[in-house]
Amino acid sequence: MGIFSKSSGAFRDAKGDLILEDVTKSFATFTAVDDLSLTVPRGSFFALLGPSGCGKTTTLRMVAGLEQPTAGRIKIGSTDLTGSRPYERPVNTVFQSYALFPHLTVRDNVAFGPKRRGSADPVGEANKTLELVQLSHLADRKPTQLSGGQQQRVAVARALVNHPEVLLLDEPLGALDLKLRREMQVELKRIQMEVGLTFVHVTHDQEEAMTMADTVAVMNLGRIEQMGAPEVLYDLPRTKFVANFLGQSNMLHGTVAGIDGDFTVIGAGDHKVKVRTSRMAPGEGGEAIFGIRPEKTRVHDEAPSAGSDGASLGPGTLLDVSFTGVATQYLVDVPGVGRWAVYEQNLDLDRISNKPGDQVWISWNPGHAFGVRS
Amino acid sequence: MTTGQKLRFWISERIVMIIAVAVLLYLFLPVAYTFAFSFNNYRKSNIAWNPEGSPTLKHWQDPCGVEGICESLGTSIRVGFIATLAATILGTMLAFALVRHKFKGRGAGNMLVFIPMATPEIVLGASLLTIFVQGFTRVGLKLGFWTIVLAHIMFCLSFVVVTVKARLQSLDPRLEEAAEDLYADPRSTFWRVTFPLVLPGIVSAALLSFSLSFDDFIITNFISGNESTFPKFVYVSYLRGIPAQANVIGFSMFVIAVLLVVVGQVIGSRRRSPSS
Amino acid sequence: MTALAHIGSTGAGAQTPGGPAPEPTKKGGITAYLLLLPGVLWLLVFFVAPMAQLAAVSLQSQFPGYPGYYYRDVNFGSYVTAMTEYLPQFGRSLLFAGAATLLAFVLAYPLAYAMAFKAGKWRGLMMICVIAPFFTSFILRTIAWRQILADEGPIVGALKWLHVMPSSGRITETGFAVVAGLTYNFLPFMVLPIYASLERADPKIIEAGGDLYANGLTTFRRVTLPMSMPGVLAGTLLTFIPAAGDYVNAELLGSDSTKMVGNVIESQFFKVLGGFPVAAALSFTLMAVILALVFVYVRRYGTEELL
Repeated sequence: MGIFSKSSGAFRDAKGDLILEDVTKSFATFTAVDDLSLTVPRGSFFALLGPSGCGKTTTLRMVAGLEQPTAGRIKIGSTDLTGSRPYERPVNTVFQSYALFPHLTVRDNVAFGPKRRGSADPVGEANKTLELVQLSHLADRKPTQLSGGQQQRVAVARALVNHPEVLLLDEPLGALDLKLRREMQVELKRIQMEVGLTFVHVTHDQEEAMTMADTVAVMNLGRIEQMGAPEVLYDLPRTKFVANFLGQSNMLHGTVAGIDGDFTVIGAGDHKVKVRTSRMAPGEGGEAIFGIRPEKTRVHDEAPSAGSDGASLGPGTLLDVSFTGVATQYLVDVPGVGRWAVYEQNLDLDRISNKPGDQVWISWNPGHAFGVRS
Repeated sequence: MTTGQKLRFWISERIVMIIAVAVLLYLFLPVAYTFAFSFNNYRKSNIAWNPEGSPTLKHWQDPCGVEGICESLGTSIRVGFIATLAATILGTMLAFALVRHKFKGRGAGNMLVFIPMATPEIVLGASLLTIFVQGFTRVGLKLGFWTIVLAHIMFCLSFVVVTVKARLQSLDPRLEEAAEDLYADPRSTFWRVTFPLVLPGIVSAALLSFSLSFDDFIITNFISGNESTFPKFVYVSYLRGIPAQANVIGFSMFVIAVLLVVVGQVIGSRRRSPSS
Repeated sequence: MTALAHIGSTGAGAQTPGGPAPEPTKKGGITAYLLLLPGVLWLLVFFVAPMAQLAAVSLQSQFPGYPGYYYRDVNFGSYVTAMTEYLPQFGRSLLFAGAATLLAFVLAYPLAYAMAFKAGKWRGLMMICVIAPFFTSFILRTIAWRQILADEGPIVGALKWLHVMPSSGRITETGFAVVAGLTYNFLPFMVLPIYASLERADPKIIEAGGDLYANGLTTFRRVTLPMSMPGVLAGTLLTFIPAAGDYVNAELLGSDSTKMVGNVIESQFFKVLGGFPVAAALSFTLMAVILALVFVYVRRYGTEELL
C-alpha cells in the first residue's frame, strides 16, 4: 500500500459520506475505540464530543490515516480507505497544536499540500485561501511571528486549500482565549457553509459542539453514547453520561413504580415523579434515573397545588442563591434526593426574596422530564 | 542611605556579573598575550619579550616565513575538512538510527558512541598508535596524513552524534504527521520537513567537529608520524625556538573564526525576524 | 553532554515543549542497519579494536636482548611496574586534575550564573566570549601562560611586590603553573554545561525560593544549586577526565618534578626503547582509576540526564 500502488489514485478520488464501520483500536493495555460505527453525511458539520481519553482524537487520527484501526473499516462513499497511508487520502487535518512548519513562510505552509499534489498553481491557490481566512497581509511571515489566533487560521487555511473530502479539526480552538474562540467558532461555521466541505470537529467543549455542528456524537470510553442534532441530544439525552455532559441535569435515582397513562412513574423513598414513557430510555430492570434540566424548573415558597402531582419535589432547604444578571441560580437540598439546581430567568418585576435557609419547593412541566438508565 | 551603604548595595547587586566579566577577561588574557607577542622582535625563541626593536611588523608581513609552518596549517585545514565531512555524514546517519529506529542493541549503540568521549585523549592516542604500528602494518598503512584523518573522524564522530541527536529529539513529531497529512510521502516528508529542521544541528555538529579536529594535539601527536598539523608544529617548535609567525597565524585564525561566528549570529537573527 | 546538546539545539519553533524524548517510531528494518553500519563500523575499527590492541600490548613481553621487539604474551609485569614505579605521577595527575576541576568550578559557576540570569540581551555576546578563545590554538594559549606567569611577568611581579611570594620564588615549573594551565584550558567545558543547566531552569521556581528563604544565599544553596546539578556533574566530568590524562600543560608549564602520568605514557611510547607494554599498562590503569572515580562520583551525585 505505498505510493506506487495502483490504487492510491483511487483513494484520492474517493467521494461521498464518511463511514466508520465497527472500528476498534486496541493498544496493549487498553482499548481506545470500541466497535464504533457512524456515518457523516457529505457536506455536514459533525462534532465528536467527549471528555479527555474518550477516544475521540484516536478516532480522528484513524480517519486521517495517522493510526490504523485494529478492526473495522473506514470508507468515503464506496471507497474503502482502511490501510491506506495519510498522504493517499483526500483527508486533511487541523492539528490541536497547529503543527505549522516553522521553517516555511505562511504562504509556503499553505502551498505545501498543493505542491505535493502536483497542482498547476500552488502559490495562487494558497493566496486565494489566505484571502478566505483574511491572512493575506501576513503571507510572508514565519509562523513564530504570528499570534495564536493567526496561527490557528493558517492551520485551517493549510488544510482547506486542498478541498479535501473530509476536513478534520482536532480541538483547534483549545488554545485560544474565550473571545477569540467565539469568533473562530462563527468563522469556521461560515467557512464550512461557504465551501461546502465535510467538517469533523473534535472537542470537549459542549457549547462549542452545539453551536457549530449539524450533528453531535457524544463519546465516552471509546464508544458513542448518543448521536444526533444538538437540540435533540440536549432535549432528550439517552444516557446519564450524555445528560451530565451536555449541559446540566438534576437527577433522581429510583425505581420504576408503575405506569400512569402516558407517563411512567419513578419512585425513590417518599418521592414520586413522572416522565413521559416516550421520553424514557429503553432498558430492563426496575432501576431508572429521572432527569430534568435546571432551567426548566422553578422555585416556590409553598407546596405547589395538587395538579403538579409527580412534577414537583419538596420541601427542601435553599442552600444558595446566586444572581448572574440574566438569571438567578438556586441550589436546593432535597432530603432523600440530593442537591438540585434551579435556574430562573429574572422575569419578575419584584426583587428576589428567597434567602439561604428558607424552605422551598421545586416544580416543573412534566413534559420536559426525561428518563435514563445508568 | 549613606554613600557607603549605597556603594555596598550597588556592588552586591552586581557582584556576580562583576566576577563573570573578570572571568571572561581571564579567558582572553592569553589571547591578548599571543597577539602582543606577534609583534615581538625576539632573538632565539618567541618566549621572552625583547624590548629592542619591538614592536615590529615584520612577522605579519611574512607569515609563512618559517619553514613548515604554512604547510602544517594547510595540513590542519585539509584534515579538518575531510574529517568533518566524513564524521558529519556518518554521525548524522548514526544519530537518525539511534533516535528514530527501534532495534536490538540500541543501548549498546548509545554506549559505543558515548565511551570515546569519556576516554582521555592520551588513551585514545595510545591505542590508535599501537594498532597503526602493530595491527595495520599489513595493510601498508604508515603513520602520516591519512592516519591523522582516520583518527580525527573517530573522535569527532561521537560529538556529531550527540549534537544531532539532541536536535532530532527536540523535533516535534507532529510536524512530520502534518506533512504526511498534506500528501507528502515518506521521502518528501524527510527532505522537505525533517531535514531542513535538523539542519541547524547538523551544521553545529560540523562546526564543532572542525574546531575539535583543528585544535587537536594529543591524539594527533601520537599518530602523525612525520606529518605536522599546526598545533603539533607549534609544540615541536617550542622546544627548538618558537617563531612569532605562529602567533600571527594563531591570532588570525582567531579573528576569522570570531568573524564567522558573529556573521552567523547576525544571519540567524535576521532570518528569525525579517523587518517586513 | 548537555553543553553540546545546547550547542546543537539552536532555532526556535521546532521544539517540543520540554518533556522526555519521544520514543523511536520505526521498527528496526534494513534502513536502521544501513544507517548504523558505517558509523558503528568506524567506531569498532578505530576505537574498540585499538583498545583491544592496547590491552594486548600491555600484556606483551619483549624479546630478551632485543629491546623494542615484542611478542604476544600474557605478562602482567608491565602492570606491576606501572602501579608501583609511577605512583607519584598517578597521584600528581589526580591531584592536579582535581585541583583544576575545583578551581574551574569556582570560576565557571558565577560566569554561567551571570549568563543565565543576569545577562539579558548580552547573553549571546558572553557566549561568544566564552567560546572564542578556543579558536586560538590551545598550544599557543598555554605558551602564553608561560609568558604571563614568567619570572619577569606581571603576576609574579605583583605577588612579590605584595610580599605574598618570596623574592626567589617562581610559578612556572611548579605544580601551581600546571594547575593554572589545566584550569584555564578546561574552563569552557565547565561553563557550558552549567550554563545549559541553569538556562533550562524555570526562573519562577527560583523566585518562589526567594520568597520562602529570606536570604539570597540560602535560596542559592537550596534551590538554584540543586537544579544545576546535572550541569555541574557533566562539567566536572568533562573537565576532570581530560585533565587527568593531559601532559601538555605539565610539559610546557612544569618541570621534571611535576610530571603527570600522561608525560610518562608519552615518553614510554616515544622516548624509551621497549616502553610500549609499560605505556599501555599505564594507559589502562589510568582509565581504570578514572572510571572508578567517575563511577563513585556519579553514584553519589548522579542523574540520568548525563547521557
